[in-house]
Amino acid sequence: MKVILLLSVLGLLALFAELFRFKKILYPIILIGLAGAIAVAISYWFFDDGVMTPYFTGMVDGKHQIPTAANAVGHSFNQMLAFGPSSVLFSVIILSTAFLWFIMSKGFFNNDSTNTDHYALIMFALVGAIILTCYTNMTMLFLGIEILSIPLYVLAGSKKSDPLSNESAFKYFILGSFASGFLLFGITLIYGASGSFDLKTIGTFINTSQETIPSFFYAGILLILVGLLFKLAAAPFHFWAPDVYQGAPTPITAFMSTVVKTAAIVAIIRLFLSTTFSGADAFWVPVLGVITGLTLVVGNVTAAAQNNVKRMLAFSSISHAGFLLLGVTALCGFSAKAIVFYTAAYSIGSIATFTVLINIMHQTGSDAIESFNGLGKKNPLMAFMLTIALFSLAGIPPTAGFFAKYYILTAAMTGGHNWLAIIGILSSLVGIYYYFKIIIAMYFKKPTDESLITINKQHQLLLIVTGVIIFLLGLLPDLILSIGDIDKASIEVSTTNILFLYA
Amino acid sequence: MITGLLIGLPFVFALLLLFTKGDGVKRVALTASVIEFILCIVAYYFLRQQQATGNEDARLFINIGWVSSIGVNFNVALDGISMVLVLLTCFLIPLIILCGYEKKQEHPSYFYALILFMQMALIGVFVARDGFLFYIFWELALIPIYFICLIWGGENRGTITFKFFLYTTLGSLFMLAALIYLYLNTSVGETGIHTFNIQALAEAGRGLNLTQQSCVFWGLFLAFAIKMPVFPFHTWQPDTYYNAPTQGTMLLSGIMLKMGTYGLIRWLLPMCPDALNYWGATVIGLSIISIIYASFMAIAQKDFKRLIAYSSIAHVGLIAAGVLVFLPLKENTEGITGAIVQMFSHGINVVGLFLIADIIFSRMNTFEMAKLGGIRNVAPKFAAFFLIIMMGSVALPLTNGFVGEFLLISGIYKYSAFAAGCAGLTIIFGAVYMLRGYQFIMLGETKSNTSLFTPLTKIETVMLVIISCAVIFFGVCPNLILDLVRSDVNALVREIKLK
Repeated sequence: MKVILLLSVLGLLALFAELFRFKKILYPIILIGLAGAIAVAISYWFFDDGVMTPYFTGMVDGKHQIPTAANAVGHSFNQMLAFGPSSVLFSVIILSTAFLWFIMSKGFFNNDSTNTDHYALIMFALVGAIILTCYTNMTMLFLGIEILSIPLYVLAGSKKSDPLSNESAFKYFILGSFASGFLLFGITLIYGASGSFDLKTIGTFINTSQETIPSFFYAGILLILVGLLFKLAAAPFHFWAPDVYQGAPTPITAFMSTVVKTAAIVAIIRLFLSTTFSGADAFWVPVLGVITGLTLVVGNVTAAAQNNVKRMLAFSSISHAGFLLLGVTALCGFSAKAIVFYTAAYSIGSIATFTVLINIMHQTGSDAIESFNGLGKKNPLMAFMLTIALFSLAGIPPTAGFFAKYYILTAAMTGGHNWLAIIGILSSLVGIYYYFKIIIAMYFKKPTDESLITINKQHQLLLIVTGVIIFLLGLLPDLILSIGDIDKASIEVSTTNILFLYA
Repeated sequence: MITGLLIGLPFVFALLLLFTKGDGVKRVALTASVIEFILCIVAYYFLRQQQATGNEDARLFINIGWVSSIGVNFNVALDGISMVLVLLTCFLIPLIILCGYEKKQEHPSYFYALILFMQMALIGVFVARDGFLFYIFWELALIPIYFICLIWGGENRGTITFKFFLYTTLGSLFMLAALIYLYLNTSVGETGIHTFNIQALAEAGRGLNLTQQSCVFWGLFLAFAIKMPVFPFHTWQPDTYYNAPTQGTMLLSGIMLKMGTYGLIRWLLPMCPDALNYWGATVIGLSIISIIYASFMAIAQKDFKRLIAYSSIAHVGLIAAGVLVFLPLKENTEGITGAIVQMFSHGINVVGLFLIADIIFSRMNTFEMAKLGGIRNVAPKFAAFFLIIMMGSVALPLTNGFVGEFLLISGIYKYSAFAAGCAGLTIIFGAVYMLRGYQFIMLGETKSNTSLFTPLTKIETVMLVIISCAVIFFGVCPNLILDLVRSDVNALVREIKLK
């Protein structure tokens, strides 16, 4: 839990920065603090054996194991959080993305008088995200979602004088609270049926009382699903996303489409791929399958029609949510691993794309696709790095994005969802269509003016680092995938259930 | 070992080129491709030795783990069939680089780096023995050619290259789905991990029932058919060929198209023989339709470059038909052997034809045949080269085109005399449109513009001599190729069994 404490302290520190006049050094402090948090998260892997015991029933050392009181020592907050293997993987991804995000959005913190609040809000949002990677209790799920969302409602409206930004915050807040209501209602129903907030107990309840489960329990699952899918911006709960993404300040958009998305999918994984709800899969897999297909189609088709890059990225993030959900729907032994890889690849690609977009918007004043015209001549490095990032988002080998898509598709086909895999394939073809619109604009279209596009040193470095990571993950995916093969990191899926379903 | 070198060398030189400036670029690129060619000859020598002695030569293959957690290996090997195509690639790339030697281009370092990068991917496709690796190289080959066409292409390049890219990626993605499907059906050993090894995939494929095999079959066939292209998946091809820069067109038609036909032989035949047996008539029908359709289109063209583009569809249709007729007659290896020989010959001939088109365009600034005429009177040497290459293309005996087409048609004849009759039309039609083109461009009265046809430069002469020699040489001694592939074709055929 040290990560959560560390992040909270950083957030509080940011609040005091104005008071004690160390505002100027706050940025480096936050960066160092984040790096420290990443290190702490990784250290769990090596040092904290008690903590690392998988919370759920799962395979450990190839044997089916049920956690006992003895190996539950490391759970904290009255056993409401457990930092398991997937928590480590996801929190490292979330924190690393946040680190790169801070480097990307330095300008965002510089040109505002109340910038220390922004630091604090981001840090608190990160606390929420980390809670979502390790909750073992429904109340913590709700708290995590709220801690993550409330700072973002504020941040989306942080361009106070811009009506679009205000609209964005307002929409996000109203619809977000609505979704929280759904979530809370769902949790209540589940509690009413099972008598517990604890994920493990709920799982046991499903398995022991198969025939006698009241129907409102299933309504509870459905409502929780709706609440979480809203955060993930999956169709048909995606209507807020384009307006909110477009209206919010661009760095916040980047934050929402990377960190928040990762946190939302991990929240879903912990419920639906763990022993908690996987016993009721006959009920939710068909529902989620339909939603997945819909999300893939809606996200991609609408993205293809956009002419505004920021809006296009918003819709494309919906389609990526579809791919993530495809991994959940697959419900096979390596679903979680595939999703880990996908979030990593997607976050890196998005950060690179947004870095370029921020620079372009800053210098041309527009986020229309035309402002990318002739970038290949104006700034070859930027154009090249953006091309790599877009290749990765579009899923073209040998980039990380290809491998991520491959892995998700394999998972889907292993799970027997061949039709969803075909929809995934066709929609990623549409994805290539709109991502390549930008590439064509950069290399083929004549620039509208002669002015050069410049980019500062940090962003240059950031782009190169992301490019290297994209290739590294694409050429040596084992860097992440093999982690999952260490016995410690056995993915928290009820293996008996999988065998029962697909043997 | 040497296979790895063949893949790695162009890549290293491509990186090197990015940091080269000015005139050095073309020299470095040419040197790289010549070194690669020499390396390829060495590999050829090793392979012949292996075939003579029967001992497996460890220098010709590599098999090391790559993404071990999902059973993907870096598994490459050279056998006779692969060797023919690697030889073709390494023979054509220096010529393609030479072709731009006297031209001014924007950003030459990027251009030639992309060509060498493409060479790497192409060789990778031809030697890969792992489904995943094959797919990666298959897609890698698309990226450089896309940028070559997009940045250096003709007027409408934006939309046209985009259509090309989407079309081929559509095919590739279905191939990927088919490969994953096969992969999930491979048996897991003690490790509990499936494998992408080509043998394992083929066994898995042959173990499937007819419906499942049919899905795999169409997934793979779609990818290959779009790449070749076969009717009705050909609509991207003429525009792309026309709008690509000459060197891009050469890469597309000379080598890249062979990825499709090679894929048929190496990946489609062994994976789903029962489905091929069932769908054979359909796909052979498509191939024959594309022969006849493309021939008619070629006859109707007014533009020489488009004429060559359509002729290419006709030729490749014949190759595809030759491969696909294999199954119903088990002992029939003529089709496959003919296809391999014809892939090699067609690569050389079509590059020769595009070179001729380019030479004409560089002087007359048009491909339109009506505006040309009587060039023979001004440039007799050029006319002679054109004639030789054209004869190769219409498959006259003693040229390289003859051997392949003869074998192909005799293979198809064993399947059905009617099909062979239709496919045989390609020779007659081929003669019609080629001779018609030749007549329009070279014969007749010299016009005011063609009278200014400047003589061939040294580099052009060298290239034409090399190509013409190859046309005649492989026509006179086709055994060089036939001997190379015989044992491997037989091995491939033995492996394929119907249920």
